[in-house]
This record gives sequence, structure tokens and C-alpha cells, in this order.
Amino acid sequence: MGRRVARAEGPAVSLLRTEGLSKEFGGVCAVDSLSFAISPGRVYSIIGPNGAGKTTLLNLLTGIYAPSGGRIFLEDADLTGRAPHEFAQAGVARTFQNLQVFFNMTALENVMVGRYRRERCSLATALLRTPALARAERACREEAAELMRFVGLAEWLDARAEAMPYGALKRLEIARALATQPRMLLLDEPAAGLNSAEMRGIGELIGLLASRGHTVVLVEHNMRLVMGVSDHVLVLDYGRKLAEGTAEEVRRDPRVVEAYLGSAAASDRSVGSAAASGGSVGGTAESVAPTLH
Amino acid sequence: MIARFVSPRIEGLAALLAVIAALPLALSNNYFYEVAILVGLNAIVCVGLNLLIGYAGQISLGHAGFFGLGAYGSAILSARFDWPPLAALAAATVAVALLAYLIGRPILRLRGHYLAMATLGMGVIVSIVAATEDRWTGGPDGMSVPPFKLFGATLSGEGAWYCVVGALLVAAVWLSLNLIESPTGRALRALSSSEVAAEVSGIDSARQKVLVFVISAVFASVAGSLTAHYSGFITPSKLSFFHSIELVTMVVFGGMASTYGAVVGAAVLTTLPQLLTVFKDYEMVVFGAIMMGTMIFMPKGLVPSIGTWVGGSRARKDLR
Repeated sequence: MGRRVARAEGPAVSLLRTEGLSKEFGGVCAVDSLSFAISPGRVYSIIGPNGAGKTTLLNLLTGIYAPSGGRIFLEDADLTGRAPHEFAQAGVARTFQNLQVFFNMTALENVMVGRYRRERCSLATALLRTPALARAERACREEAAELMRFVGLAEWLDARAEAMPYGALKRLEIARALATQPRMLLLDEPAAGLNSAEMRGIGELIGLLASRGHTVVLVEHNMRLVMGVSDHVLVLDYGRKLAEGTAEEVRRDPRVVEAYLGSAAASDRSVGSAAASGGSVGGTAESVAPTLH
Repeated sequence: MIARFVSPRIEGLAALLAVIAALPLALSNNYFYEVAILVGLNAIVCVGLNLLIGYAGQISLGHAGFFGLGAYGSAILSARFDWPPLAALAAATVAVALLAYLIGRPILRLRGHYLAMATLGMGVIVSIVAATEDRWTGGPDGMSVPPFKLFGATLSGEGAWYCVVGALLVAAVWLSLNLIESPTGRALRALSSSEVAAEVSGIDSARQKVLVFVISAVFASVAGSLTAHYSGFITPSKLSFFHSIELVTMVVFGGMASTYGAVVGAAVLTTLPQLLTVFKDYEMVVFGAIMMGTMIFMPKGLVPSIGTWVGGSRARKDLR
């Protein structure tokens, strides 16, 4: 009780926290002693050039990889070394960059799987289908349908997953993750492979989730999406924290510009845009820079 | 109202019941009954095996081992120790469930070919033990098994056996359909499609795999016990590697992830060799050709493929 009061009064209590988190693959440090904290109810984005360790970090934060070093805390609970289903049961849900949809089921059943941690029952109950289970199943179906409508899949309620288009499957994964009633939702490149209209739709959905108090962790390549929805941005490079701050702070950070565009471009920018009008290096920076804005 | 409590797929069960009830009209002699009873016993094994292979996506090439352990467990306890057959069946079933749990925990960590190898090894060990421990099992010559008794009355006659096996098959199908439509069933289907997505949805995939492995072993064991009592004689051939393959073939042939497919697969592959005896020397050639033809033209198996042809996607969904 007392702790809860203290938490409410505290300025920024973190929901998830890592301490010196590391992951090595045969001597290569994909994530290198990374410490950060994610506040509840915010959109926290993780960006970085290709190979920066974003996906590895997400796999660490969901228990798919066991860390080589460091610790992961969800509030006060130490989840280091736990299995993925234990992370899920603690309240961490995620989607996948390469879709991991259950194609042998209907769309609705996919979402119902997300409710597993609250629906699971004893073997005898399942085999005999007790009236209580039948009732719970109807409620589960109803809630899953509600979530599908929420993410904008109302027209796909009765569809088989294999019959759905790519953009809808991306949303289906979000609905399935939401069905677990997560305390933290990790989205791995939700806009990858989407056209600009679909991408805007995903951006709106993330905004809607944030407005409802969800904690969203976003790993994304598309800077327009990241800069539009993020409360806080973490920039990774070679598995290390390069910069951290609001979207605006990160965008102005010369180290971030350097990591994305190379040192020549960074020095161009640091001395001002006047120098950029000249040489070919400046031209390159000019053409790539819009991706940052 | 009743339908809501009895089953999520009452129509299919009613159809199965109707077939079982109507079949005796076509069974003109004891030999036909005998085939029908064997079909039923194999179908019970296949319904259980289909939960493992079809729904959970895990292979087992050793299920004849569980079938044989049930058979020999019942045979040894009732013949050598004078246990009542029902108690022998129950004890054998519990023992097999325990064994399946102990074996399943380490080997279900394996995937694909490796799991196939491990289950195959398990089946081979069981069949070697049955063939060599002749003090208990009678060795390769087999042993005779006393008739089955239910509440003091001996179960004898083809008609009585037909009724018991028919009722058990309906029960097996009902349990299987219930399980598939439950949260546990969805967990199994989920992990067969994407284990990592199932895990991050909160499903302990290792536990679920062991669970379904044990359930399928129990189905096989019960059918094995009954087969031993029914035929009155048991030899190690019933737990051979070839019988394991036969069981897997029935499931795949009938249609994976289809409970009725498992029943149809067992029915077709049990009766086909009997029907094909007219081809005499070419029996196995014709049998093989039918198998190959079916898998080429109906790669999803008999029931799902026919379901797709007949009623489009709706039927395919309903025939699950």
C-alpha cells in the first residue's frame, strides 16, 4: 500500500528498466551494456541504423533471447533470464517485424489466443467443455471481436487469417498483443512494408493507444512515423546508446546525424547549411536528410 | 439448449453416431463386425494422434509403443496377476500417461526430424523389450489375453464389442472436439503455426506439447488395452515401428487437423487392405498407388480436401 502511494507521488517511476543489458553472438556485441528506463503511458521509440541492435534488444525485452549480461526489471520484478511466456504473463506483449500470424486459424481466433493468459483452464475443463467454459468462451469471442473493431479490422471478423492482406495482418498482430492486456506493448517495425496511407493509419492507431494510457515501445525505420508519435526516443548504434531524449532533441543531436548520414554530412550540418550548397557531399546530405524530418 | 452444453459441433457428432448406429445393417457376418471393431479401435488411436500431429504440429513415430504398452499392460496384469480387466486397463493407462510425461519432457524439446528420430527410438525400445522379455510377454510368439469383463459380465460377441467400441469412439471424438475449441486447443494450434508468437502470447509451449503428447498416448493405450482383450491374443507386431507408421499414415491420409479426418483415415486404411485382397499378388501395389494418388490430388488429406471441394471455405472450417 505504502509503496503504491510513493509511486504515485514520485516524478517518473519507470515501468521497465534495464541495467547494463548485453547480448553477444559469438564475440559480436549486438547489444552492449545498455541501461535505460521506460516510463508508463508513453510512446518510447528505439531507432538506429541497420544492425544497431534494435531487434536484438526487442528480443531481449521479451525473453526470446537470454541476455549475456545485465538485468531487466518490470517495475520491481526481475525478469532476467525468464522464458518468453513468463514475460508475456508479466505483461509484456509484442508484434513481429516478419509477421508471426497463426495462419491455421481465423482472424478472431488469432486474437482469442492473446487472451490465453486469462482464459486458460484445466485439462478436464477443456476436454469436457463445462458450461462455465462455454460461457467464458462466448465472452472471450466478444472481447476479441471488440479488439478487432478497435484496431480497424471490423470487416475481417469472420475471415481466415490466410485470406487477409498484409496491412490487415499487421493490425491483427496488434489486436492479438492487446488481447493479452499488456502493461507494455512492443511494436517491431509496424510500418515496414506498408504504403503511406496504411502507415498513416498505423500512426493514428499508435496515437490512439497512447491516448488510452498504453505504454508503447516502438522500433521503427520510418522517421516520419517515429517523429510524429514518440514522447521519447532512444538512438542505438553498434548496440550502444548513442542519444536519448525527445524527438526534437534527438533530431538535432549531431551524433545522431553522424550515425545516420556519415561524419562528412554531420560536419556539413554542424557548420551550417551554407557549406552544403557546394560540394557533392552536401548534396548527399540534402537528399538523405528528409528521412530524418 | 442441450446442444450448447453437449458439444460445439453437434451436427458432426450426430452424423458419426448415425453412421455407427446404421452400420450393423450392412454388417452381414462376424468378419465384417471384426473389421468394423478394428476400424473403431484404430480410429480412437488416430483421433488422439491427430491432436498431437494435426493440431499441435508435433510428430510421433512411436505411438505403436504406447498402443503396445497399453495392450501388454492389460494382458500381463489380467493374465499373470488375475487383475480384473477394467482395473488392468486403468493401471496400464495411468502407467502409460506417466511414462509419456517422463519421455515427453526431454524429447519434445526437439523439433522436426530430431523429434521423429527420438520418438522412433522410443517405439523401437518398447518393441524390443516386448520381444525379449518372454517371461512376461511370451516373446515373439505373443501371449493370450483373458476376455474383457465389465461389472462382472464378460464382454463377448461381436455385437457387444461393436457397441462398446462405437461408444468409446464417439466419446473420443467428443473429447477431441471439445479440446480443440478450448483455450488449450487454441494454444496447441497456435504453437504449431508459430511457436515464438504463441510464447509471447503467454503460452508455455513446452508444457502444452507434453500435455498433448500425454493425451495422445492415453488414447493409444486405452485402444491398445481393448484390442488385446478383444482379439484375445497379442504379439509384438502390434507395437512395431511399422504399426507406428501405419497410424501416422492414417492421420495424414484422412487429413491433418481434422478430427473426422482421423476417423475416416483409420476407416479407409483399415478396410482397404481387406477390400484389395481381390487383387491377390498385386494387392500392395494397388494399395500404394491409391495412397500416392490421394496425396497428390488431395494433399491436405481426404476430409479437408473433399470439404473444400464440396462447400468452399465454410465447409472446410466446419469439418475441423
